[in-house]
Amino acid sequence: MAPPTSTILNAQAVGRTLRRMAEELVELFDGTDDLILVGIQRRGVQLADRLAHLIESIEGAKVPRGALDITLYRDDLQTVGPRPVVGKTELPWAIDGKRLVIVDDVLYTGRTIRAALDELADFGRPARIALAVLVDRGGRELPIHADIVGKQTDVPPGSRVDVQVQELDGVDAVLLVGAETG
Amino acid sequence: MSVAPIGKDLLGLEHLSAEQIQLILDTAGPFKDVSLRAIKKVPTLRGMTIVNLFFEASTRTRISFEFAEKRLSADTVNVATSGSSVQKGETLVDTARNLEAMKIDMVVIRHGASGAPKFLAERIASNVINAGDGTHEHPTQGLLDMLTLRDRWGSLAGRRVCICGDVLHSRVARSNIWGLKKMGAEVAVCGPRSLLPNAIDQLGVHVFSRIEEAIEWAEALNILRLQLERMQGGYIPSLREYNRVFGVTRERLERAPRDVIVMHPGPMNRGVEIDSDVADGPHSVILDQVTNGVAIRMAVLYLLAGGRPELADAAKGS
Repeated sequence: MAPPTSTILNAQAVGRTLRRMAEELVELFDGTDDLILVGIQRRGVQLADRLAHLIESIEGAKVPRGALDITLYRDDLQTVGPRPVVGKTELPWAIDGKRLVIVDDVLYTGRTIRAALDELADFGRPARIALAVLVDRGGRELPIHADIVGKQTDVPPGSRVDVQVQELDGVDAVLLVGAETG
Repeated sequence: MSVAPIGKDLLGLEHLSAEQIQLILDTAGPFKDVSLRAIKKVPTLRGMTIVNLFFEASTRTRISFEFAEKRLSADTVNVATSGSSVQKGETLVDTARNLEAMKIDMVVIRHGASGAPKFLAERIASNVINAGDGTHEHPTQGLLDMLTLRDRWGSLAGRRVCICGDVLHSRVARSNIWGLKKMGAEVAVCGPRSLLPNAIDQLGVHVFSRIEEAIEWAEALNILRLQLERMQGGYIPSLREYNRVFGVTRERLERAPRDVIVMHPGPMNRGVEIDSDVADGPHSVILDQVTNGVAIRMAVLYLLAGGRPELADAAKGS
């Protein structure tokens, strides 16, 4: 039987949430000086794009973007089954002294963000790194928290939060996929 | 239960599927970027120990593997035959088992005997990578040649590649023929009849006996090194004669109906199989091959290492 699925955020709610996040970002950083948004592959990249456009419409300033694939920095490579496909890391800007915002879709154990911080350290020494996530589902295994959260929700370990974005999935949505039943 | 997508070992391209080759070539892309970073290193294979076991002289391949291993943060040990217990008559299996008793994870082996890596892979638990065995295969060279061509063309399907020279003794030729054909390319060989295998037709390749015909047909030439000891073996009359008849020269390339990509696995005999102004000319991608070699070897190490099903199951149980 297909696992039960329910909607946490529909397309409209995703749009509203991202707008609020963009405003909070500008407020947190008191403008956009030296700001770089870094999306985590894959859906964090699209979300970073959206936030950058929203910030541009609020502040009238272009914010540079990068993409980070953390696969090579994972702490579970020795135990996962088939090797995960390695995506592209693109940081076309020197990040030394900049203010970085890591953008990801879902914050869960915190291990992805740990890997992202390690990878960024190999590229330079930013003045500050902040974290913005669309969904914080709880369940942290590391002392990591997000500075900007779109939607906070407690999800039990057996369930999954799926973020869909128009660019890849044809629709914006945040879904809760329950544990397998039947 | 999941297994690594290209198996435990990389022994050759003959038994890989097109999908597996595709996966290796695709995986090499992001690794190429790692070598362009200021800090050319990722922690992916931290804590793994890799032994480079070279029973034959090699500079390029050994250094390339070593860079690949180090850029993935693996610990590496190089064992060359001279000055090792191999010289004292230790067998291949004993050497490998002793290394394994010191808790290693992977062996990269070059050996003069065809089939030595397979022999080893069947007897030890570590992953085995063939870095060239006898006249059999040199899979990472075949892969890096294909990556170099794919970078230029986008896809290998329907493209025409001619392998020139001493095909008979060449493991590079075999890996290229298997790999390119699987990826849908058309393959030809060109060289003196004495340096082509008798059953060459059974490999499904075109055969040219004149280099001019090969150049007219091909979109890329992979020019093999003529091992100088072949002359003593009586395969060719003289190096000068070989260059006159089979050498890839600028004059010959200029007569081609299209731009022909020129590859060479190195080390080159300038003025024998390839002229200097071709090796250093605008159509040469010889140094791109070297760059791609590190990326391909990183991709292979990444795909083979870890991902061990028994560990994954243990992790789930905890």
